[in-house]
Amino acid sequence: MDLDPDDIFRDDEDDLENGFYQERESSKELVVYLVDASPKIFSTTCPGEDQKDETHFHVAVSCIAQSLKTQIINRSYDEVAICFFNTREKKNLQDLNGVFVFNVTEREYLDRPTAKLIKEFDCIEESFTKDIGSQYGIISGSRDNSLYNALWVAQALLRKGSAKTADKRILLFTNEDDPFGSIKGVTKLDMIRTTLQRAKDAQDLGISIELLPLSRPDEEFNMSLFYAELLGLEGDDLTQFVPLAGERFEDLKDQLRKRMFKKRKVRRITFSITNGLSIELNTYALIRPTTPGTITWLDSVTNLPLKTERSFICADTGALVQEPAKRFQSYKNENINFSVEELSEIKRVSTGHLRLLGFKPLICLKDYHNLRPSTFVFPSDEEVIGSTSIFIALHRSMLRLKRFGVAFYGSSTHPQLVALVAQDEIVNGSGQVEPPGMHMIYLPYSDDIRHVEELHADINAMTSRATDDQIKKATALMRRIDLKDFSVCQFANPALQRHYAVLQALALGEDEPEIKDETVPDDEGMARPGVVNTLEEFKLSVYGENYDEGDDFHANGKLSDTSRKRKAIAENAVKESANYDWPDLADNGKLKDLTVVELKYYLTAHNLPVAGKKEALINRILTHMGK
Amino acid sequence: MKICFFNFFFKQEALLLLLDVGPSMHDILPEIEKVCSMLIQKKLIYNKNDEVGVVLFGTEDTDNELTKEVGGYEHVVVLRHIKVVDGDLVEALQQLPRGTFAGDFLDAIVVGMDMLIKKFGPTNKGKKRLCLITNALCAIKDPYEGTKEDQVNTIAAQTTEHGMKMDCIVVRGKQSQNADKRIMEENDRLLSVFSKKCFSKAVYIESPTSLLGALRTRNISPVTVYRGDLELSPKMKIKVWVYKKTSEEKFPTLKKYSDKAPPTDKFATHEIKVDYEYRSVEDPGKVVPPEQRIKGYRYGPQVVPISSAEWEAVKFKPEKGVKLLGFTDASNIMRHYYMKDVYIFITEPGNTKAILAASAIARAMKEMKKVAILRCVWRQGQGNVVVGVLTPNVSDKDNVPDSFYFNVLPFAEDVREFQFPSFSNLPSSWQPNEQQQDAADNLVKMLDLAPTGQEEALQPDFTPNPILERFYRHLELKSKHPDAAVPPLDETLKKITEPDPDIFSQNKTVIDEFRRRFELKENPKLKKSMRRLLKEKPSGSNDEGEGFGNAYDAETVNSIENTSIVKVEKIGDLTPIQDFEAMMSRRDGPEWVSKAITNMKNKIFDLVEDSCEGDTYHKALECLVALRKGCILEQEPKQVQQFPVPSL
Repeated sequence: MDLDPDDIFRDDEDDLENGFYQERESSKELVVYLVDASPKIFSTTCPGEDQKDETHFHVAVSCIAQSLKTQIINRSYDEVAICFFNTREKKNLQDLNGVFVFNVTEREYLDRPTAKLIKEFDCIEESFTKDIGSQYGIISGSRDNSLYNALWVAQALLRKGSAKTADKRILLFTNEDDPFGSIKGVTKLDMIRTTLQRAKDAQDLGISIELLPLSRPDEEFNMSLFYAELLGLEGDDLTQFVPLAGERFEDLKDQLRKRMFKKRKVRRITFSITNGLSIELNTYALIRPTTPGTITWLDSVTNLPLKTERSFICADTGALVQEPAKRFQSYKNENINFSVEELSEIKRVSTGHLRLLGFKPLICLKDYHNLRPSTFVFPSDEEVIGSTSIFIALHRSMLRLKRFGVAFYGSSTHPQLVALVAQDEIVNGSGQVEPPGMHMIYLPYSDDIRHVEELHADINAMTSRATDDQIKKATALMRRIDLKDFSVCQFANPALQRHYAVLQALALGEDEPEIKDETVPDDEGMARPGVVNTLEEFKLSVYGENYDEGDDFHANGKLSDTSRKRKAIAENAVKESANYDWPDLADNGKLKDLTVVELKYYLTAHNLPVAGKKEALINRILTHMGK
Repeated sequence: MKICFFNFFFKQEALLLLLDVGPSMHDILPEIEKVCSMLIQKKLIYNKNDEVGVVLFGTEDTDNELTKEVGGYEHVVVLRHIKVVDGDLVEALQQLPRGTFAGDFLDAIVVGMDMLIKKFGPTNKGKKRLCLITNALCAIKDPYEGTKEDQVNTIAAQTTEHGMKMDCIVVRGKQSQNADKRIMEENDRLLSVFSKKCFSKAVYIESPTSLLGALRTRNISPVTVYRGDLELSPKMKIKVWVYKKTSEEKFPTLKKYSDKAPPTDKFATHEIKVDYEYRSVEDPGKVVPPEQRIKGYRYGPQVVPISSAEWEAVKFKPEKGVKLLGFTDASNIMRHYYMKDVYIFITEPGNTKAILAASAIARAMKEMKKVAILRCVWRQGQGNVVVGVLTPNVSDKDNVPDSFYFNVLPFAEDVREFQFPSFSNLPSSWQPNEQQQDAADNLVKMLDLAPTGQEEALQPDFTPNPILERFYRHLELKSKHPDAAVPPLDETLKKITEPDPDIFSQNKTVIDEFRRRFELKENPKLKKSMRRLLKEKPSGSNDEGEGFGNAYDAETVNSIENTSIVKVEKIGDLTPIQDFEAMMSRRDGPEWVSKAITNMKNKIFDLVEDSCEGDTYHKALECLVALRKGCILEQEPKQVQQFPVPSL
């Protein structure tokens, strides 16, 4: 991503608070997925879910399908092309052999993903043999070189857009580590040379080529045979490029998915450690809530988009005015005026970007010291050499001494006190799980914290505390219902999944799909005898025998006045509602003759909302009756 | 809206400030003036009908009703009787008199209590508050009968009976080191009786900055987010109430000001109404009425129209409830995954069984370092679910039940798994050496904001929002001087935004050592103009080395695009490559590309043919490379392929 350094120092008044949740997208990404479709990728398998073997082709294709679905939600302006090589059929602009660009109607080869593309790509495995076909394209006796052709096609597709505003990438999926293995002699050398040259040309044009190698359980993908040179890997980098030998299918998929996203930095900031010593950091938004996207208003008659025009009207004179530069706050029965500049001057409390104030032990950072999603910071030596070195030293010390940094983040719109928590790198079989760096946690101020605990404290009595035995029973419970491999983001957001499934269904004219809600408790697991017993034991120890939650209420007489009143109203409504023949009233259109109070009997009795105008109430009743 | 709602349903708060102005308090009085006037200011804006009174103690004079009625209670002055807040009070609090006697805070509490009882009697329960600010360093007079403890017990019982709350802010700055330890301990013990026996809370603070944060200046009645079951399983439930624990107090939204009304109009509101009109994008002349609009949702390049009724029928509708998914090790949930402001789960008030159950779980969680994962739907009809982590909040006060904090966790869609290089894979010149690491260790150790035995500096619970402080002070200033400029940030508030000079000067040697050990310099390879060309390193740790190389590539490509300003028409001898690139990138006619290629080819032939013992071969080769690159860019492969490569 390109970030103009001058941008950072200009006043970022325009990205107001809501801008916090949006990354600055100064460039878009153009990606060509280049998938090897040689017979080998179909014949090689690795153990997948449910112990079934999956072909490498399936792994590659399902990764792409998954990333397309994510992309259409998150970054639908980015453009993609899907391209197979080592194919029987050919389809590409240059008419080169063995390369097939997969596409759907109403779409260019390299274009934004559409619902149709996703839908048809989902069934690629069924249609592949018939429409595209697999055929290895590098055979002795022929001068054809399908890999060369594939890179050539991919590069031609990526011609679109300037290198300055777009990130161009080729993601190459293959399980063939020695593409020219069957060729001998001068021809082989020649083919290798031309292919490498082709790759280098592409790289010279600002296209990055990334390899996503698939290896068999028994045989590692050998980078040194060919691809190391194509990617320009040497020495340490080469050994770092860990091939995925023997990994489980899911891990493989996981890593591929991770590597398909390119990181984007939000902004570059200066971290001032002491006076006169400032280092350079980049900030990244690793965690931000994904929302269903913005709504475009359409004219319901024509389905054409609408433009919203805002106009300001003086409440006193009714005159149309320009957006005023003054604001006011009423105070002591007076209007106190502020200019917009004055307000931003008030907010400008700090000159530095991020200023270190000191360090504290990690236990000082409480669970309630949080307001917003954190921001990740990683050092950069791009402008100030030595930044990374200082950062690494501090990072190590903070980890070792179990301390976090307190700093003031002086953004001009939302200056805030932050905690800088060092995070060590965590790597597992499927790659990096947590990157090394620091997380900036936004701290609340005293007025943001509420003291609810004491709100209902009973001063006349000591509150009850669990006995050791009860705690022991709870401990046993925790051991039973233990989510061993819980990872923070293992659940898909069911609301969002539903949203997009519905959209996709509507966009494609399909039936409404069933979405599995992954967040519901595991009822089966909870019903296991071991769990049930421990739960019962715990319940017995804290609640005693013959305990019914509902009873406790009435016995204690603790039911609050409001809820008692609410209950009485509901009971009354049920009684009153029974006096009307609702279906008859509805059928004869007589609901409108009833009063709002009467209509509310029905609504309250059926536990429906009672808000709104009479018309809305009637509609709600009719909907509820299914009319 | 919420605020109006509560003002409507609940009685206004009555607050009595009990301020110690004795000689030992003089240092801190400016801060007390600031925080108290700020409190009144916010009430003037958000709770206009609240009532406030002020009692000073440690004063030269004596002026209170009790002294007239029963005698005693010397050096306690009622600065202002309990009445609705106004601007005069703000000013009065900004100029507190300096007292000359050692203050007796117990006398002040009794006077304050008496005032509240006389004014409200038993009414206004729970909305009466005493706020005591003192250093509690001066001895309390012995009562006429019984012990001081007895007296405090009686007073505590009285406040409880009348439903009064009490906040005690005890300021213990540096001067308390020289104070009489015996008196100090006795006073602390007496104050702790209040905390135990009545709705009272005592906080001890040291710095002026935390004084500004210690007094809650905004009075917000908490509302429950959820009341109902915390379901461990369908058969085991705990009754809980859920509140917000943190919620950001936003910068006030100011109204837009219109100056159109004539200055003579006394009743002008000066407000501005915002009007919206919807026009078709294709036909801007056509205005569409709001009810004719329909929401369109983006799906890639498509916009799918869905009416709200249609949407209502198909959207995700989870059942209300809070359900346990399971427990897991606390170390599985890293701190930076907390997504939002924080909730607190308390057990249903008065439900002893629930308190017990929650207490057992909270304590077991703490002991075993476990947390619970919950799935929450707070309201019926809510369109989404929340998955989050429940952490124990074991209470250290006898009368406060154990509770839990709840933090929202991200869903799979919310996490972007970017890859970053391992620190150990970075070039060795970027790795700190042993001395550097020692210097960093020392810095992290010594720049300590939470030294043992001292107040933790910048504790969120006691740190005011400097921007809001500044805004309200400026507001007050402008109400008197409309043209006043924004004053610089107060010294006390600067402690929040800037490093504390005391800590930094105390650790000067550590800091100097750190600065000496590390060297920073501007990257000389980067010219300002070139920086914008720098591209981000490709993802994946494998290709880190390319970082700087990119700058060069970007430049070459770019030069092709940029030099077209000077219109080059033929390839000269001096700079053939540049001329060629310029011609290739001319966009004022399609013929330039082929012209450039032909020209370049001829040039190469010339160079080869004219060479004298190969002296121009090198140049020819460079031209050939440029020709190749240009052809690739312009997708003219045949031009290169067909070009007979001269055997050099």
